[in-house]
Amino acid sequence: MTRHRGRGIASVNYPIGMNLGGDPSQALVHSNPSGKFTVALSSIDLGQGMKSVTRQICAETLGVPVEDVYVDTADSDTGPHCMGSFASRGTHRVGNAVMAAAREARGVMMEAAAEELEVNAADLETDGRGNIHVKGAPHRSISTKDVAIAAQFKQGKTISGRGIFLVPLSDVDPETGEMSPATCYAHACLVAEVEVDDETGEVDMVRMDSAYELGRALNPRLVEQQLVGGAWMGVSHALYETPEPYYPEPVHGPRDFVEYLMPGPGDICPHDIAVLERPAPDGPFGAKGPGEMCANPVLPAVANAIFNAVGVRIDDLPITPEKVLRAIRAQGGARPQPRR
Amino acid sequence: MAKTALQFQHNGHEVAIFVDGGTNLLVALRELIGDMTPKFGCGQGGCGTCSVLIDGELHLSCLTLAETVAGRSVETLDGIKDGPNLHPLQRAFADSFAAQCGYCTPGMLMAAKALLDRNPQPSRAEVVEAISGNICRCTGYEPIINAVLAAASGGRARA
Repeated sequence: MTRHRGRGIASVNYPIGMNLGGDPSQALVHSNPSGKFTVALSSIDLGQGMKSVTRQICAETLGVPVEDVYVDTADSDTGPHCMGSFASRGTHRVGNAVMAAAREARGVMMEAAAEELEVNAADLETDGRGNIHVKGAPHRSISTKDVAIAAQFKQGKTISGRGIFLVPLSDVDPETGEMSPATCYAHACLVAEVEVDDETGEVDMVRMDSAYELGRALNPRLVEQQLVGGAWMGVSHALYETPEPYYPEPVHGPRDFVEYLMPGPGDICPHDIAVLERPAPDGPFGAKGPGEMCANPVLPAVANAIFNAVGVRIDDLPITPEKVLRAIRAQGGARPQPRR
Repeated sequence: MAKTALQFQHNGHEVAIFVDGGTNLLVALRELIGDMTPKFGCGQGGCGTCSVLIDGELHLSCLTLAETVAGRSVETLDGIKDGPNLHPLQRAFADSFAAQCGYCTPGMLMAAKALLDRNPQPSRAEVVEAISGNICRCTGYEPIINAVLAAASGGRARA
């Protein structure tokens, strides 16, 4: 029995969002008389952090502290329409919609403040700490709370904004088959190092090194947590998760987490990640979105690493010990490939 | 079937309930006591999100017959914070981004607490071993392991 080391690489171009019906999302922003703002969305935060990111985008656009913004999500009865949380579209599509809504709300807020301060709205700026003042004259100032109260009770204005982000639908050119399915792409490259046991067919992860280019990372800690966790979902798809050996008869398939395998805490390995920021022209503050891309390059990189380790090319997921062993037997033993 | 009277300590408070024979501790905690912190994941000991401490030892509440805790002390996630102050492990989980969807978090915290209660300065390997019965789909475990180690060293710094 020998354990063979192998290294594999994969790169991906990942489209942000999709091209069905233009892939729109909407957002509504309004202020309460307390001077706090509410963002209404029907988009869903599954734990990936969209509530945090849309909150940051709204606060930054309005020019108010992030603590003054509350994001209300996930009710399609009361929230404006959203296509959903998938296709790595949340930050880009929903973020752009929130930005548009916040921009409109900011316009009304500045008009209301101008009326209170008896100046031109164009001469006003926000300080990001909850105040609006005359440019170059910080003492000519009013708090966003007082503006909200004046708008609500005196001026009869709604400090609110509507936003939608819609990518024009791209049709297929009948002559060339050409189309433009996405307006921006994120990129990733990942190197996986594995150890393959030629007696049991088991594959252990040794280490991963990756680089992700995802526009601007609006919240670097959230980006990091998605990249770390998402890579392991990729490993899980590459090596573990399957309804086999019962497929295609689902009645006898795995019913629970005892039979449907996923990596445990003992299966993980070091993963070194580099985040490259190249702001996207049509992204909110340049953001694209890590999303699904954090899992995608892992699968081909692991498959390539297994080929490098024992010389078997497995193109059927997950790469279970049984498949590795059968392939090694079929070629008459492990054939380690040169390491580059 | 006749119900049985059952008394035990729940997070330091004496509780008394009537249970059907065969009721498991997870159902008793959630449906009869109203403590929703232990989660139902798989119902057969495969995921660890229902983990609780019984007399200080880690147990899967979905596989524990409620009647077996009579007279004993059951501790759940609901009991680990001190009033408004988070437990050092909870603080460390928040600071380390150790939760995304959060469904595994109650079990992870209880498994980590069981470890730190008996071994306040664990090695990384001991942390991995301690949470090896718990599955997490989102985080890749790394932030969870780091959070437990941070909570352990934080406790040491205070001592």
